[in-house]
Amino acid sequence: MSEVVFRVGGAAGDGVASTAETFARLCVRGGLYVHTYSSYQSVIRGGHTWTQVRAAPEPVLCQGEDPNLLLCLNQQTVDIHVPFVGNGGAIIYDEALKLDGSAVRPGVRTVGLRMRETAQALGEATMKNVVALGGALALLEVPFAPLEHSIRDVFGHKKADIVEMNLKAARAGYDAVANNGGALGLGVPYGKVPGRMMMTGNEAMALGALAAGVKFHAQYPMTPASGILHWLAVNGPKQGVVVKQAEDELAVINMAIGAAHAGARSMCATSGGGFSLMVEALGEAGMTETPVVVINVQRTGPSTGLPTKTEQGDLNLVLGAGQGDWPRAVLAPRNAPEAFESVWRAFNLAEVYQTPVIVLSDLYLGEGNRTVERGALDFNVPILRGFLQAEDGDPKAYKRYRYTESGISPRAFPGMKGYQFVAGTDEHMESGVLISDVLAGVPEWVEERRRMMEKRMRKLEGLRRELRPPELWGPADADLTIVSWGSTQGAVREAIGRLSAAGHRMNSLEFFDLFPFKAEETQELLEGAKRTLCVEGNYTGQFAHLLRAETGYKVDELLAKYDGEPIEPREIAARALQVIKHGG
Amino acid sequence: MAVELQTYKSETKPDWCPGCGDFAVLNALTKALQTLGIPPWQVLVVSGIGCSSNLPGFLSAYGFHGIHGRAVPVATGAKLANPELTVIAAGGDGDGYGIGAGHFVHAMRRNLDITYVVMNNEIYGLTTGQASPTSEREHRTKSTPEGVIENPLNPLALALASGATFVARGFSGDVKTLTDVMVRAIKHKGFSLVDVMSPCVTYNKVNTYDWFRQRVYVVDKEGHDPKDRMAAWARASEWPNLDMKRDRVPTGVIYEADYPTYEDLEPAYRHGVPAKQKLGIADPEDVLKQFF
Repeated sequence: MSEVVFRVGGAAGDGVASTAETFARLCVRGGLYVHTYSSYQSVIRGGHTWTQVRAAPEPVLCQGEDPNLLLCLNQQTVDIHVPFVGNGGAIIYDEALKLDGSAVRPGVRTVGLRMRETAQALGEATMKNVVALGGALALLEVPFAPLEHSIRDVFGHKKADIVEMNLKAARAGYDAVANNGGALGLGVPYGKVPGRMMMTGNEAMALGALAAGVKFHAQYPMTPASGILHWLAVNGPKQGVVVKQAEDELAVINMAIGAAHAGARSMCATSGGGFSLMVEALGEAGMTETPVVVINVQRTGPSTGLPTKTEQGDLNLVLGAGQGDWPRAVLAPRNAPEAFESVWRAFNLAEVYQTPVIVLSDLYLGEGNRTVERGALDFNVPILRGFLQAEDGDPKAYKRYRYTESGISPRAFPGMKGYQFVAGTDEHMESGVLISDVLAGVPEWVEERRRMMEKRMRKLEGLRRELRPPELWGPADADLTIVSWGSTQGAVREAIGRLSAAGHRMNSLEFFDLFPFKAEETQELLEGAKRTLCVEGNYTGQFAHLLRAETGYKVDELLAKYDGEPIEPREIAARALQVIKHGG
Repeated sequence: MAVELQTYKSETKPDWCPGCGDFAVLNALTKALQTLGIPPWQVLVVSGIGCSSNLPGFLSAYGFHGIHGRAVPVATGAKLANPELTVIAAGGDGDGYGIGAGHFVHAMRRNLDITYVVMNNEIYGLTTGQASPTSEREHRTKSTPEGVIENPLNPLALALASGATFVARGFSGDVKTLTDVMVRAIKHKGFSLVDVMSPCVTYNKVNTYDWFRQRVYVVDKEGHDPKDRMAAWARASEWPNLDMKRDRVPTGVIYEADYPTYEDLEPAYRHGVPAKQKLGIADPEDVLKQFF
């Protein structure tokens, strides 16, 4: 398959992210599928950042591995990335930088451009990345018009001379390639295919919330979840959504709970550190039976960890968050369309079962831009609000926490005449009146506590029925089954694709609705598995433990990834091959 | 709308100790709601944890009895979702000025139209008598056997500094003033703090009804102008203070000002009350344009 793996590197502040995003968007507009990954650091100026954009005419499953087109905006990028550029590729660098020819792999072209000098001559040195981008597109034989269009898009609201300056910078880089050996001939077609979008997992989640009718969203800034706040802050109020940045995550989730109690569809988002602060209030929502959707976009822990790096290390945290037992659901989408779907499903599950639903994403899924087909996002979603007390019912007979077979009791919202009740975090009776203070321990009320606990926990069985079993992808009679969850889907499938092409029979068992666990279905799917390799982004194999706890099944091998980097197909393929050939 | 006082009465009898200052707060609150003609189903009382946080169960309004220190953010979320509700947060000094102090400060600078009633007994009662953020220096408690060595938090001064637009103090021994203050606090458009000196008859043997009776006075009666911010500072600074002067405890409305509320400025309200809006997106293509 012809593809370009474009990597642009520089210091924070060099315009790495905007260069990559413009490149990626032009690719999508030109009919290519993209998948991006940004490696950045917890610094505002300086440091070393790079973004990789993989683009191809066929759907791409992950960010790819070594680049075939490298764009160096600073010396460090030259020093670090040049040796990785593969055969047939090219390195674009500023002529003012030092490039050691011996580090360049055979068959790789070096294209020196006067980036900074040209930009400075045009009046603004920071436009060096625009010069470079022009060069990159010329190497790929992309016509100039889309870039011109994009520059007018980005700078159109500024003064006309700024647009002109940028166009000249782009043109200078574009034209310089002709005198530098011309196009690369990678064979990546560029045309125009309408109906494709580019978005991050964070944006897909925010869209899923809008589709579901979120009316209240609270958040405290935290990488890598902030994209959800930023997008909703702009787009939410236009749809009637109150978007509230709060003083901390304790306030965030308590505000979300308050809004839900008052009858609004309510959500919050954070990463592991903020989620840890929310733990007590999650139990509060569980006990008061208040529906709330909580998104955790995981990053590398423990503690502050690597704030700008990815991990799947919060599974134990979300499964065990809160004292005591209360029903919850945990969904872990595998890709952007599923991220959209998970969030609107989470709202329905939360409201029908009147309990918190956690959507577990990660930096890799949350921040990377991907091509999303317009048809992959269906906004005509069911909105299920669950068991609501009718306003014309009998207020005297109303019991907020009525015992029912499903464990689901009728909700009334403040403002409804006559249905006043208190939602208590203390143990309570059907009416909501507390039994904790003066009744606890009195035999009749010991029994009542047991019944109320069982009522709440019955909701877990309803939730389990509604969740989806894992997907078994690939041939049934495989020699090796790779077990994974959440965002590793793409890399796993690509690894399997490569090994299948080499004659190995493998399949992929992918979990996305994680809890309540679909134990029976999972056991059936695992019955045919000859050997299993669990691939996940944490040290201890948190999912492998969950699988064993729920089914008794112990995976044969574990590929645990905890260096902060997204997993690559070649890592998975190498380990899989080892297991196939040597059994471990 | 005329509402019978009986309408606010809960079937659950308060389980506070006989003589607890919180009874007076409950009475003043229900009387104030009745005076204002607000029916109980349009009221949401949110509390945290502590003796005083049991209050929502002792009146017949909508209630949310949450976790320790988080009454104010729950009340904030509820008010933002349905600004038509009368939202009252209630709790104690430990709940609001200790574990929940961060929320207290931020709620005030937001100026949401909610009323926060803090039953301040200068002690942790439900946990059987430890020092609280408002316990004064030298107060011997279970956790400070040799006396408190920290300075007490001054809630009124903190409220003024944080941008509260209504700052008042009441005393459980003066239900008339307390009721007047509650009526004005609920009517006020913006964040209202009512700090109520509500004696704990079981665990605070220092700040008793008698102790307060010897010190409280009503600021109105001394010609205080609640619109005068500097005068409000002076009243708030009378007690508690670093000099350990404890001879005068001001009550009544200390500060009252008219500024835009958070709700006045919230852009989402152009689409109506969030809790009552139609759900889903009318025009997804318009939202999706930015992704192409």
